Amino acid sequence: MQEIRNYTMNFGPQHPAAHGVLRLIMEMDGETIVRVDPHVGLLHRGTEKLAESKPFNQSIGYMDRLDYVSMMCNEHAYVRAIETLLGIEAPERAQYIRTMFDEITRILNHLMWIGSNALDLGAMAVILYAFREREELMDVYEAVSGARMHATYYRPGGVYRDLPEQMSKYRESPWHKGADLKRINSWREGSMLDFLDAFTADFPSKVDEYEELLTTNRIWKQRTVGIGVVSPELAQQWGMTGAMLRGSGVEWDLRKKQPYAKYAEMDFDIPVGVNGDCYDRYLVRVEEMRQSNRIIRQCVEWLRANPGPVMVKNFKVAPPSRVEMKQDMEALIHHFKLFTEGYCVPAGETYCAVEAPKGEFGCYLVSDGANKPFRVHLRAPGFAHLSSMDTIVRGHMLADVVAMIGTYDLVFGEVDR
Amino acid sequence: MTNTPKTSLAEQLAARFGDTLAITTVRNETVAELAAADLLAVATALRDEPAFRFSELIDLCGIDYLGYGQVEWDTETISGTGFSRGVEGEAQGRFDWAGRPRGNGGNEPRRFAAVIQLLSIEHNRRLRLRVFCEDDSLPLVPSLTLVWPGVNWFEREAFDLYGIIFDGHPDLRRILTDYGFVGHPFRKDFPLVGNVEVRYDPVQQRVIYEPVSIEPRVLVPRTIRDDADLMQARAESADNWREN
Repeated sequence: MQEIRNYTMNFGPQHPAAHGVLRLIMEMDGETIVRVDPHVGLLHRGTEKLAESKPFNQSIGYMDRLDYVSMMCNEHAYVRAIETLLGIEAPERAQYIRTMFDEITRILNHLMWIGSNALDLGAMAVILYAFREREELMDVYEAVSGARMHATYYRPGGVYRDLPEQMSKYRESPWHKGADLKRINSWREGSMLDFLDAFTADFPSKVDEYEELLTTNRIWKQRTVGIGVVSPELAQQWGMTGAMLRGSGVEWDLRKKQPYAKYAEMDFDIPVGVNGDCYDRYLVRVEEMRQSNRIIRQCVEWLRANPGPVMVKNFKVAPPSRVEMKQDMEALIHHFKLFTEGYCVPAGETYCAVEAPKGEFGCYLVSDGANKPFRVHLRAPGFAHLSSMDTIVRGHMLADVVAMIGTYDLVFGEVDR
Repeated sequence: MTNTPKTSLAEQLAARFGDTLAITTVRNETVAELAAADLLAVATALRDEPAFRFSELIDLCGIDYLGYGQVEWDTETISGTGFSRGVEGEAQGRFDWAGRPRGNGGNEPRRFAAVIQLLSIEHNRRLRLRVFCEDDSLPLVPSLTLVWPGVNWFEREAFDLYGIIFDGHPDLRRILTDYGFVGHPFRKDFPLVGNVEVRYDPVQQRVIYEPVSIEPRVLVPRTIRDDADLMQARAESADNWREN
């Protein structure tokens, strides 16, 4: 009988299942994992240090680039921290817009997740369908901010501008013309809210399609049921939040428990899992998409009925309009000071968290009264989740590591910051 | 935070821990400052005792208080120097590795602290702990890995970025910076532009490290203004003179 010893295997950082730049050093006993040591930081950009050398507003764009599939939720945490220290509150309409875009972002994130996770585990088709809907929602991002991903749309004191009256349309091209063009533009005849109304009316049937492909799929269940079981105690010890915690049956959602923006007024449910395995977390996230859809519909209804300002009328924080700036001396001075120096935030510290699609995304902000933050720390859910990798995958097979990376919903922009 | 029980968290903490904690509550956020020596006992009690049950450690981060309140643009007095103040300041981000500040012989107050955010799911409450390190040249804090295992990577991060040493940590390696990195990049006396840059050298046919070639440059000077409390702004937005 030949003697077999443990061996060490390298995974990543360039691997399609690594969801970016994860490097794993795995100690294996045959196909079984004995120990795994994740190496992160390959995408470390020092966002927090960069933010210390810039006026507050100039760092909002960095937040988009942290978790680059749930952009506006990151902005929300940062902007809320600044608003808390400034003691200002965004107008009600801006709060509804933020609530709506947080949920649009959640759907965007979960679509990316369901597609890439299924792709990792051998189901090719799902990502193609998921990106069909992602495309529509990215158009909404673009309509409101001009950018498909890195929106920089939330600002301290509100949002950059009000929702557009017109939705962008597809132009005629060799690929889209005649009746086909008319069909793909049929939702886009009215305002952005009309488009969202049409989208959300249709979206539950699209979620049914994804579920059709996966929920009762024999291979999908073999790859996820009973894999990566996280007990509620383990989840809390390892600082897990979001779907990782809810999948284990802990009913914890900041949108319900510590509501911010307009979540207190929204009617929605928190799905929880039972077994805490990859399959339960899949079910939780799919249901979250349906619940987000419900919230978006409620916001659309409110936003249609209630026009109003979307930015505080405080020119120490928010810039005056272009017209005012051209006609009014004081507005010009405000504009100049705001864009050359920024605003000073009173000394103090705060921790503000939002329920980002991946879990609790928090911003710990320390100000010494200057126009730049003294310290910004961003609490990324993925960082805490990934640290539990070693504990959870020990004894699993090599292929289950891929299932686990998928179920963590890792994005290295936020893990490495 | 939202469903506050009959006695506030600050009162409960004061009753239980007495002088061990220096407690402040600002905007419903409770902050407790404590000595490094007390941290392990307090943390264990906060996790286990039914009145607290902080089952989750949400976050731990380092912070360097060097240069707190330091400005580059004086707003109190009129100075004779002009625009160059804006580009020739001395604060963070404007020096390179060779010109980094070396401290003034230990006259500063304590620099390093570890800040911990706790969450109690049972009571729906948060608590922030702050532990200052006594010695700036060897910042030392006891590790909490035995209380909340999830703190492991957060402590590695604080060690990597600030050089805070967590006593008792099982595996205190660098986590975010490059293999073989020198220095602790988030310290306020570490240059924003970094110390080395990396490129592929076609002659040696390998990746090499060189001192950074970029000039440190910060466009906006750091200022502290007294109107930071925004009183004037509130008054302006209240009287709605633009609508008249």
